Amino acid sequence: MKFRLPGLALAAILITAPAAQAVEFTQYQHGKSSLAFVYKQMNVPVDGQFKSFRARLAFDPSKPTAARAEFEIDLASVDAGSKDANDEVAGKAWFDTKAFPVARFVATSVKPLGNNRYEVAGKMSIKGKTQDLSTPVTVTQQGSNATFDGSLVLKRADYGIGDGIWADFGTVANEIQIKFRLVASAAAAK
Amino acid sequence: MNSAIPHSQTGYTHTAIGLHWLIGIAIVGTFALGLYMHELPLSPQKLKLYSWHKWAGVTIFLFALLRLTWRVSHRPPALPAGMPGWQRSAAEATHVLLYLLMFAVPLSGWLMSSAKGFPTVWFGVLPLPDLLQKDTDLGDLLQQMHKLLNFTLAGLVATHAGAALKHHFLDRDEILARMLPFLGRSKNGERK
Repeated sequence: MKFRLPGLALAAILITAPAAQAVEFTQYQHGKSSLAFVYKQMNVPVDGQFKSFRARLAFDPSKPTAARAEFEIDLASVDAGSKDANDEVAGKAWFDTKAFPVARFVATSVKPLGNNRYEVAGKMSIKGKTQDLSTPVTVTQQGSNATFDGSLVLKRADYGIGDGIWADFGTVANEIQIKFRLVASAAAAK
Repeated sequence: MNSAIPHSQTGYTHTAIGLHWLIGIAIVGTFALGLYMHELPLSPQKLKLYSWHKWAGVTIFLFALLRLTWRVSHRPPALPAGMPGWQRSAAEATHVLLYLLMFAVPLSGWLMSSAKGFPTVWFGVLPLPDLLQKDTDLGDLLQQMHKLLNFTLAGLVATHAGAALKHHFLDRDEILARMLPFLGRSKNGERK
């Protein structure tokens, strides 16, 4: 967002969303969240996932553009499909987890697309490289929980993931399909 | 196999001979590739070889289907008249097992790949369905199975080839020549 008008925004919130009805989802629920990916080697789709990651987020459906989200992934927690693959992707050519243990995404804008869908844009940092990244997110509210589902394609070469002998996309494709689900519950009533 | 269809008097058909050698050479090559690639450290080359090995396995399976279909509709020529009973039984058993393993070996490789979470995409184009869900323990078990079946197959192929050579050089009968027509040995065991 280029212009911030906190005064007007605050006024709008006060008018349109009385405090008693506002629900803000802030309590990240790791057990219900997941971060999976699919990569292709020799055109064979292989499923993978990260086990350790965390999010800090604050989302109020009545003022989505004010939402905040930050996401951290412990890259060493990767399961790339086999033990061989896990050892390989932790190494220097891939994530280099010793030097760069954490990947981080910080949302910079949230744009409502209608039907509980939003376009979340932000900065993704992996292996010392930061790139603009945006992803559609679908929000589903159920009781006191909100589920944020999204999928996007990340190009590994943008972050130098898979250097050297792996740089050629003929064996391992550049495009990595990512699918995430974050669950957050509403803040405890005050 | 029973003798519902009379034995051919004229030897193997060209189709049977062609399929025999095509599959035989493919089995030896795919087996050697499997032994070699298994030892390699992970690299793009290794991933390529694994895919080629899997493509070859699927191809062998399909040719084996074709071959089995041909085999049940075209009886092979009879064994030499003077062959002892135990040798006939041994030959029969070896051939039945060879046919079984032509299917069981690729099948075990396919199942093992699925269980390990690496689907098979034939020639990088046609994805085969995964008959099993990912299950690492089952994958390891199937890997042992694939290995065992392969070494059994290797033993049978060696027995089969050894027996053919024994028939050719010691017994001096037409067993090998009927699968290798250029050897051109006549029925009484003399070269033409």
